[in-house]
Amino acid sequence: MIRLESLTKIYPSAHGGAASVDRVSFEVGAGETCVLLGPSGCGKTTTLRMINRLVAPTSGKVFIEGRDTSAADPVELRRTIGYVIQQIGLFPNMTVAENIGVVPRLLNWDRVRMRRRAEELLAMLALDPAEFLDRYPNELSGGQAQRVGVARALAADPPVLLMDEPFGAVDPVNREVIQDEFLRMQKALRKTVLFVSHDIDEAVKMADRIAIFRAGRLEQYAAPDELLGRPANEFVASFVGSDRTLKRLRRIPVSEVVSGAGSGDPGVPPHTPTVSPTDDLRRVATLFLEQGVDVLRCVDADGRVVGIVTRDAVAARLAAPAGALGASPE
Amino acid sequence: MTTAARRWQPGQRSMLPYAVLAGIALAIVWVLVASGLWTDILRYRKDILYLTRQHLVLVAVSGGAAIVTGVSLGIWLSRPSMARYAEATMQAVNMATSIPTLGKLALMMTLLGIGPLPAIVGLWVATLLPIVRNTYAGLRAVPGHLVDAAQGMGMSPGAILRRVELPNALFVIFAGIRTAMAVNVGTAPIAFLIGGGGLGELIFTGIDLQEYGMMLAGAIPTALLAVAVDFLFGQVQYWLVPRGVNPLRNS
Repeated sequence: MIRLESLTKIYPSAHGGAASVDRVSFEVGAGETCVLLGPSGCGKTTTLRMINRLVAPTSGKVFIEGRDTSAADPVELRRTIGYVIQQIGLFPNMTVAENIGVVPRLLNWDRVRMRRRAEELLAMLALDPAEFLDRYPNELSGGQAQRVGVARALAADPPVLLMDEPFGAVDPVNREVIQDEFLRMQKALRKTVLFVSHDIDEAVKMADRIAIFRAGRLEQYAAPDELLGRPANEFVASFVGSDRTLKRLRRIPVSEVVSGAGSGDPGVPPHTPTVSPTDDLRRVATLFLEQGVDVLRCVDADGRVVGIVTRDAVAARLAAPAGALGASPE
Repeated sequence: MTTAARRWQPGQRSMLPYAVLAGIALAIVWVLVASGLWTDILRYRKDILYLTRQHLVLVAVSGGAAIVTGVSLGIWLSRPSMARYAEATMQAVNMATSIPTLGKLALMMTLLGIGPLPAIVGLWVATLLPIVRNTYAGLRAVPGHLVDAAQGMGMSPGAILRRVELPNALFVIFAGIRTAMAVNVGTAPIAFLIGGGGLGELIFTGIDLQEYGMMLAGAIPTALLAVAVDFLFGQVQYWLVPRGVNPLRNS
């Protein structure tokens, strides 16, 4: 769990200095992914860097699992926080195994344990340990390097992960793949992740919570569904885009709009197209439009019909006060 | 096995210049023997041995001191706290580099008199500059995001220097050391002019007396020494710079 309290950074300048980050407060629950989103220069990266104290706050506090980080030694503190940057920053003079072993070595792990941990992480990130452990970074592709960067951040199993546009340098196709892998991994590991991005689609896909920044201020802090459904102001609305309703569909599962229990609904003919409760509404909208139907059957993994999905139910879900229907992860 | 092969091949490639040099050397020896100069040279056998030792001391002491001080100074100048003075200092270093070495030795003689000490100090100054320049430039060229990543993972400043900055700058630093040592070995004969001894004694006396045998008795060991020193540092560079940042070893 991470709590920011009135966190402020003012860089001194000739004109007295405007605040780069201005009294930002929010809380990220344990195991949640929070995406810091905003245009460049909005203070999102500075906020991230104040959490591991690469930037010293002018005022305000950061608490990690209840402990005030200003009381800790910054160098020691950083060893307990995973850190991934856009440029990846793998050390070209070290092999993949040595790169992954950087923090474990600082924590005085023994050689065998470091090697085993590196193997385990590479396997988890879909890289063959036998092939990659002894490679140098200049022998990796961009996507492979990015995976090793994530493995390195996870090496000492830190509870908190800070990621500064981690997938920004990867091409769009591979980015999708790495994002999916990361989501899958995060489901198992439940790290508390702070993730800087300037890409609204990435934020909607990855985040449990999104913090939107403008000029150093936190404009809105909400679950993606709420942010898209009820932008707090003009800025947020224009930043998330006029297609925000379409973006919302990704994060709403069919299970939230399914109605009518059992298979015996008389009004639905048996050849009606089907969706799964775990599909998101993008699939539903696609079928509505492609098939020209108003109703779909919802069928679970065992082939049992669990209910129907109607246009009205979808419209009602989109019109409902966001967050009220359990869209947020709590 | 494949990695061993990959490591060795470029090594063989880097031997090629030395093989060419050896061929040239053989041709020269043949000319010397055929013209009878060889026996002239061999008459100075004892002088060669004695003066080579002196010469080696000059080179080793001044070069060794220059490597230690030059690398240290370069590291110190590259620290963020020195950023304000570093560029000005590097300008001064560049200007000092442009002073001819003979001029430097003459200056040292006026300051420290004659003998091995001013010679060593003069050689040290001449050798120092390329090392400082390359160490500073090499460390400055280490991408900022590597240092950022290292800091973010909780490396101490000392560990960042040792494990990230120096290994990544090492190739450039070694290039500076090799240049510097070539200057050092090439300049060392001039030390004789301010009483520093060494193989310059045979070279300059030989020129003055028009004794070609004597001159070559100094010149040939000087040339061999230069080749040997460069070979030595080339090998150290090849094996010491990590493979991931060593252009000679990236196949």
